[in-house]
Amino acid sequence: MLAFNFFGATEGGLFDINATLPLMAIQVVALTYILNSLFFKPVGNVVEKREKFVSNNIIEAKNKLSEVKKLEADLLSQLQSARTEAQRIVSEAEDESDKLYKEALELANNEANASKEKARLEIESQTSAARDQLSKQADDLSELIVNRLILEK
Amino acid sequence: MFFNSLLTNFAALEVGQHLYWQIGNIRIHGQVFLTSWILLGALLVFISLGTKKMENDPKGLQNLLEFLWDYIRDLARTQIGEKVYRDWMPFIGTLFLFVFVSNWGGALIPWRLIKLPSGELGAPTADINTTIALALLVSLSYFYAGLSNKGWRYFEYYVHPTPIMLPFKILEDFTKPLSLSFRLFGNILADELVVGVLVFLVPLILPIPVMFLGLFTSAIQALIFATLAAYYIGEAVEEHH
Repeated sequence: MLAFNFFGATEGGLFDINATLPLMAIQVVALTYILNSLFFKPVGNVVEKREKFVSNNIIEAKNKLSEVKKLEADLLSQLQSARTEAQRIVSEAEDESDKLYKEALELANNEANASKEKARLEIESQTSAARDQLSKQADDLSELIVNRLILEK
Repeated sequence: MFFNSLLTNFAALEVGQHLYWQIGNIRIHGQVFLTSWILLGALLVFISLGTKKMENDPKGLQNLLEFLWDYIRDLARTQIGEKVYRDWMPFIGTLFLFVFVSNWGGALIPWRLIKLPSGELGAPTADINTTIALALLVSLSYFYAGLSNKGWRYFEYYVHPTPIMLPFKILEDFTKPLSLSFRLFGNILADELVVGVLVFLVPLILPIPVMFLGLFTSAIQALIFATLAAYYIGEAVEEHH
């Protein structure tokens, strides 16, 4: 064995290198295997299982979130299309009612004009009839007057 | 020699004394193994308690262990890279835990109350054998990581920007374990010595801030060791383009 004599000691000293060295190395190697099976493997399994669990949950939550966002966008677009559809229907109905209103108005106007015309014609005819009758009565009356005057003479 | 007089003056510190165990015809530093077994036993008990009932909603110790695991994973991932950090995380984590537990255990537990026939108990990382063992394991690891990931193309790293780098890159393979082992050894031993000397000179109050500083440097050294080990492995597996 290597042995440096330091501090004047005949045996030993600080730098006394002997079989302690390889035995200690073997002990450390053995300790590595013992700690690996007692400490590093079991603790590693637990920690990594938990890390996997957490990261899986995060991924799952992210997937769900993106799904929710997709659904939300879907619903929004549906809502949008429903809104435009409703607007279209409303404006269509408005146009329709407008048209109907206009038609009805025209019809009513025509009818009113027609009945007005009819009434006017009737009035006119009655007026002319009345006038005819009046002039006939006037003729009769004048004839009567003339006759009486002639007879008195 | 200056060191000799220092040693005689502070004989109470027992620097460089070891408790020798004889196994066959090899001799080892018993105090290093004793403290490391106590500390690693405590660490394993702590970890067994924390991982006994693992739940999806962590409670108590499991929280702490998961924090530790996450810390080590971040360290390994930033230094080694996304691709292979999983293979090396247990090794980096073991280095970190071993060095941290050794450093803090050496600093926090009043080992000096336990009298040994020779030497004294202390941080296992204050023994050069331990730190060299760790550093050599790191060297082997990054060679293995590089060769197993890139095959012979690993050696392109030595001539990477230009072949001029070759001698420096080869030198680095020696300086890496050297600096790793001596940085850790020096810091922890120096901390123990400073605290020991201060306790010896002024037993009251004065050593306490130095002890806190020691705890701080101990934690930092563990982090540095693990980070550098991970960096070397990351450097070896990195793809050059």
